[in-house]
Amino acid sequence: MTRIDEKRKEWEEKCLKPWLEKAGQREERFETLSGVEVKTVYDPADIEHIDFVKDIGYPGEYPFTRGVYPNMYRGRLWTMRQFSGFGTAEDTNRRWKMLLEEGETGLSTAFDFPTLMGVDSDDPLADGEVGKVGVAIDTLKDFEILFDGIPLDQVSTSFTINPPAGIILAMYVAIAEKQGVPKEKIRGTIQNDMLKEFHAQNTLVLPPEPSMKIIVDIFEWGIEHVPKFNLISISGYHIREAGSTAVQELAFTIADGMAYVEAAMERGIDIDRLAPQLSFFFNSHNDFFEEIAKFRAARRMWAKIMRDEYGAKNPRSWWLKFHTQTAGCSLTAQQPLNNVVRTTIQAMAAVLGGTQSLHTNSFDEAWALPSEEAVRVALRTQQIIAYESGIPNTVDPLAGSYYVEWLTDKMEKLAWKYIEDIRKMGDGSMLRGVMRGIENGFFVREISDAAARYQREIEEGKRIIVGVNKFTIDEELKIPILKVDPEVQRRQIERLRKVKAERDNEAVKVALDWLRSAAENDENVMPPILEAVKCYATIGEIMGVLKEVYGTYKKPIII
Amino acid sequence: MEKKIRVLVAKVGLDGHDRGAKVLARFLRDSGFEVIYTGLHRTPQEVAMAAVDEDVDVVGISLHSGAHLALVPKVINYIREYGGNPDEMLILVGGVIPTDDMEKLKEMGVDEVFIPGTPISEIVEFIKTELPRKRMRNESR
Repeated sequence: MTRIDEKRKEWEEKCLKPWLEKAGQREERFETLSGVEVKTVYDPADIEHIDFVKDIGYPGEYPFTRGVYPNMYRGRLWTMRQFSGFGTAEDTNRRWKMLLEEGETGLSTAFDFPTLMGVDSDDPLADGEVGKVGVAIDTLKDFEILFDGIPLDQVSTSFTINPPAGIILAMYVAIAEKQGVPKEKIRGTIQNDMLKEFHAQNTLVLPPEPSMKIIVDIFEWGIEHVPKFNLISISGYHIREAGSTAVQELAFTIADGMAYVEAAMERGIDIDRLAPQLSFFFNSHNDFFEEIAKFRAARRMWAKIMRDEYGAKNPRSWWLKFHTQTAGCSLTAQQPLNNVVRTTIQAMAAVLGGTQSLHTNSFDEAWALPSEEAVRVALRTQQIIAYESGIPNTVDPLAGSYYVEWLTDKMEKLAWKYIEDIRKMGDGSMLRGVMRGIENGFFVREISDAAARYQREIEEGKRIIVGVNKFTIDEELKIPILKVDPEVQRRQIERLRKVKAERDNEAVKVALDWLRSAAENDENVMPPILEAVKCYATIGEIMGVLKEVYGTYKKPIII
Repeated sequence: MEKKIRVLVAKVGLDGHDRGAKVLARFLRDSGFEVIYTGLHRTPQEVAMAAVDEDVDVVGISLHSGAHLALVPKVINYIREYGGNPDEMLILVGGVIPTDDMEKLKEMGVDEVFIPGTPISEIVEFIKTELPRKRMRNESR
């Protein structure tokens, strides 16, 4: 028995036990938000099996547990990137300019549902939804207005877009061209992650197989033409929002990442060329240490996977760089100002976890899209952490904490277990395992069960949500609510009609025919999509061709 | 045995946020209701058709898309058009709904709006007390 073990035994007997007998404790069992049991206290014995040099090490070096850059935020702070968009391109352009003036350092585009689903504003399915949860985009014309006065060689722009991701990337390239910025220089991210749509977020248009094919087309085209652009943002965020645990978020995101890498390698894409253009996107929820552990574990796992499993040679390919958004699902409609505090805790976890960029939610988002005031507080939250808290002044300050190191290792182990199960489903292939898991409802069922468990804990009062099931008050809602102009739909449809009347319809037809033939003959669809976009073909027309060739997808109902 | 209350849980429009709808469906089922879930991305016509075909007592519409003022009245109108009687049903809406819009929805024939964070037990209670009350009110008219 080591001295530590002896000391612990003695402490348990002589100190803890009598104390518990006298004073008791609040819970029988303490656990993280993911249900991992948490002990009273941690000591060196809990991390004995963790080797500092091999498992923790120094930032900027394999396995990158402590961060991808050697000096992290001492060099450059994370990018403060607020997801934002509503109404028409004019409305969003105005909000973006406000955010840039207020010190935001990157743009992030919220599209409305018709755009996300690849239907035009004049489609009957779009009725009532145009410009509601994001900006309405039908053609390149809208993009010209959206980026008016925003030089693409100076900002990086993130696009939360999935089925039409290739179309939006093509539009961005076309705008750069109009601004005289070479496409090799543009920076940004398209989400382009269909796997998590099938698992959780449900922006579903084409079936899984062709969705995957188009994503690999975008990889293949993107590494040649837009080498500074992240071609995918492999997202756990939505998996978590749909109700998963932190462990599931970590495991399924890494599994999806592996599936994409395998799909690219099957196409013959060089992993070391693709890897620097992959990025990740995680949620930051309420359990502070669990989130930090999750981020650290994710980096370590990805480094191992890329180097040891897939044989990437360039150390740069081993990096897991990620965007974080605080947890939308943790926001409460009740006592909305409390959300500022929740968001602060979550944002601190993201920074302590080494995020590359961050979106902080606004306190009013359980009610509507955020007002200007609410967005400003959210951005200020990041700025206070950055400039006042001292947190960014040293790299990975929680390393070495018995609890944080133990929990990082625990998260990793639990995630590996899921990954091995998925690999088994695919007979050794992660790509096939993930596709199989979509087919047989594995992911959806896992997430739904976790969501139900979480809700049950709230219903039973086992999980306290301040202001919701404890510390409630009678209140009148007094916060200002953003109103999207109801005229947006009419104006957007008018603009769409005008564009269609003025464009060269013959050129549009030629481009769309080219796209059809590329899709039918299993060629890369990006060149014809770029051509179609430049002729002002609509998103609905382009997606329409892909739907004709590949068919559409209806998700099986699993409650 | 008393006839089970039949509830249609519906996602209408393009919005794919189904966590709330699915959790609700599960809990209502566990609370003894008969639950039909429409699945995603239904049009107002499809939801109304399901409500009439399945002869439900309660229609619960979940939206996180901001399109509630456009889509919810359509559902109610189509129910009537397809031969159902929305006055005999409870029409409930849940999701991200600003307070001002709650009143408007109620004027359009919605019986109650539930915001994020509403305990499901509260929804269960509401259905059990309000459904007979609403039908009683209609009979006495």
